[in-house]
Amino acid sequence: MSMLRDAATIARRNMIRIRRVPDVMVFVVVQPLMFVLLFAYVFGGSIDIPGGSYREFLIAGIFAQTVVFGATFTGSGLAEDMQKGLINRFRSLPMSRSAVVAGRTVSDVVYNALSIIVMSLAGLAVGWRIRGSILDAVVAYALLLFFSYAFSWVMACVGLLVPTPEVVNNATFVILFPMTFIANTFVPSESLPGALKTIAEWNPVSTLTHAVRVRFGNLPAQTPEPTAWPLQNAMLYSLIWAVVLIMVFAPIATRLYQRAGSR
Amino acid sequence: MKRYGEVTALDGLDLDVPGGTVLGLLGPNGAGKTTAVSILTTLTRPDAGTAMVAGVDVLADPRGVRARIGLSGQYAAVDEHLTATENLEMIGCLYGMSRRDARRRGLELLDQFRLMEAADRPLKTFSGGMRRRIDLAGALVADPPVLFLDEPTTGLDPRSRGELWEAIRDRVQRGTTVLLTTQYLEEADQLADEIVVIDHGHAIAKGTSEELKRRVGGEHLDVHVNGADDARRTESIMNKVATGPMRVHHDEGEVSAPVANGVEALSIVLRELEEQRIAIVDIGLRRPTLDDVFMELTGHEASAEASQ
Repeated sequence: MSMLRDAATIARRNMIRIRRVPDVMVFVVVQPLMFVLLFAYVFGGSIDIPGGSYREFLIAGIFAQTVVFGATFTGSGLAEDMQKGLINRFRSLPMSRSAVVAGRTVSDVVYNALSIIVMSLAGLAVGWRIRGSILDAVVAYALLLFFSYAFSWVMACVGLLVPTPEVVNNATFVILFPMTFIANTFVPSESLPGALKTIAEWNPVSTLTHAVRVRFGNLPAQTPEPTAWPLQNAMLYSLIWAVVLIMVFAPIATRLYQRAGSR
Repeated sequence: MKRYGEVTALDGLDLDVPGGTVLGLLGPNGAGKTTAVSILTTLTRPDAGTAMVAGVDVLADPRGVRARIGLSGQYAAVDEHLTATENLEMIGCLYGMSRRDARRRGLELLDQFRLMEAADRPLKTFSGGMRRRIDLAGALVADPPVLFLDEPTTGLDPRSRGELWEAIRDRVQRGTTVLLTTQYLEEADQLADEIVVIDHGHAIAKGTSEELKRRVGGEHLDVHVNGADDARRTESIMNKVATGPMRVHHDEGEVSAPVANGVEALSIVLRELEEQRIAIVDIGLRRPTLDDVFMELTGHEASAEASQ
């Protein structure tokens, strides 16, 4: 009970920061908006999707990429708290040991939700439509947020291990970029060559994108049935990934927090 | 009564702070001051030894200890993007207070510390000294009986330092027990009832500031001359007035000695220097510093990385 209360206090504090720190605003609102517009107008005409529109195809990919990148907030935020000595302050308080990281992951879900709202509005403006049922759309949004929540715990561990917030951004950049590009986010995975195609098929970012795309009814009509198991069971596969990530990384993050800053 | 028992991680440091008093832990960087505070505030587990804070065992019930202490660190651990009120409210809530109580208490402290102007503005816009005071206020939100202050004024200008001292004195008058670490003899002198001097994790002296100062001598005479030759001759002149071990840097031409009667020693040394026609670059009297305490107690200077 006190864990929930403490986590809420930490989350509330992080929410205040969104209004005060311009970097956060840019990352949460401006950048996702920019991505939707850039891809829609720059690539929108040059990439051909058989039997569909690229803009429709694209949106689910941008959503997936943005929530994955959004998880880095958890890492850089914790690294900053550590650098500034706030983690030591928290550790000297009679509060729950897991609340600081948990509160951070929760507030980052709110950040991500905000990003998704902005992107959805921008998408609607450039011609994207939800073609499926409302329920399917809700499921798609929920999956995006749950996956990003799970991924936040991975980033939390990174943030608690590195010396400065910049390192989180730099280190994760080289991993997250390939992870979100060797996938069906921006091009159909069938168009990728040999090994990359296999990686893309098993990449959870692909299955997340695919599941969301299907629920939004944005899958082009002539798309062949996927042959790889993860894509055939995209929803289940993405959920398994998310649950496993939480089960593995949540205890590690809590442990790292307890030992953090005691140098 | 509070007992801080033996902590072997620090090579057998034994501290005992009676309730309502201030213990000053004085030492250079790397002496083990912060380690001692980390252990007593449950941030670090000792390898061996025991410690009781406010009657609670640090190892057996760390959370119980945390509920009874306030910590204000060397680096102001406040959220610079939050206002003072928001910071204090957050800390209060994490001590288990209701939001309303935490807020009311926060405002009370801001009023007391004359920080109302920071109440509704992000701390980013304020000076280091102001942030330190808000940090201290954070440690006081829950009115803990024991307060740990880890180098509270390191890096502050004299005015901010004075303001922070005043705030600390005020708490002690209200019955708070304080463990204070510092590199400044003057700070320990100003605030502490008892001072423990530590070096390499050992206590090397214990006593009131009066007792320590009596050992170190009231004043110090510094003479700066040109070259090693003059420095050597100056050294033998100053030997006559020195009441303890001198510090000499031949190459820099610097000689420093504790003296009993400053003005008298100054005039004797001046006269002799003139007679021997030694040119003086600089000469002056000053109050003893941490370096002087170390010189007196250990016969060597505070380790190289220590002197600021």
